[in-house]
Amino acid sequence: MNSLGITHFLVLSSLLFSIGLVCALTRKNALSILIGIELILNAAGLNFVAFSRYGNFGIEGPVFTLFIIVLAAAEAVVALAMIFTLQKKYKTVDVDRTDSLRG
Amino acid sequence: MNNSILVPLLFYIVAGLTLSFALFATLSKNIVRAVFSLLGTFVGVAILYGMLSAEFIAVIQILVYVGGILVLMLFAVMLTSHIENAPNSNRSGSRFLGFSAGSILACILIILMIQTPWRSLWTGNFEPITRQLGQYLLNRGILPFEILSILLLAVLIGTVVVARTALQQNRPPHE
Repeated sequence: MNSLGITHFLVLSSLLFSIGLVCALTRKNALSILIGIELILNAAGLNFVAFSRYGNFGIEGPVFTLFIIVLAAAEAVVALAMIFTLQKKYKTVDVDRTDSLRG
Repeated sequence: MNNSILVPLLFYIVAGLTLSFALFATLSKNIVRAVFSLLGTFVGVAILYGMLSAEFIAVIQILVYVGGILVLMLFAVMLTSHIENAPNSNRSGSRFLGFSAGSILACILIILMIQTPWRSLWTGNFEPITRQLGQYLLNRGILPFEILSILLLAVLIGTVVVARTALQQNRPPHE
């Protein structure tokens, strides 16, 4: 690992975060928005581990990543249940057409 | 072959594959393909965790993301989008705005990350973290750990309630 710096990992996770943001911004399908959020959470977890390993801060960084993974799983489960409900109620998961709260 | 050549080479290959799978998941018009290409991203990030010698996190990433979230997403795709319309199931909105926002953010972040003089406190090689992680989670981190299990229970119950309400609304009244 002698020639890999922290900058490599930080640039990679910035790119992953931006791709996830584009996915969450441009997509109309609710499942695709969930995919974008998962990419963003992956980038954040990678940053936590990279800072913890290169900064010699002890173990808290990987613990945060572990919690992020568990929370992402919980969030995905709830979001998929909501998508399922949308499909039953509106017969579509397009976020443009589920607008019954629009005034 | 020298280790100082091999490790960056492996990093660049894995990073390129991860980013291209993520881009494909973002750009693909077919939601099934998008979810499957997410598999490559998750495995690539797991390999990067392994390269940072956070091997427990890598295993958990594979177990939870690939084994749990990805399978769940595939089931959601099966239950929601009409499979005969799969090639067109993933509409996208105004691509120009989203892409300009994303690229501006990426440029700003990358310039920041490269220009910041990170002081490396790193001593030479990475220690494996599994033992430390277990000791932390059962000593100082015991309260968040237990709160997390309560959260998982709440998520379990809440998901069943949300999904069951949808099913009950859909049931015909004469049953």
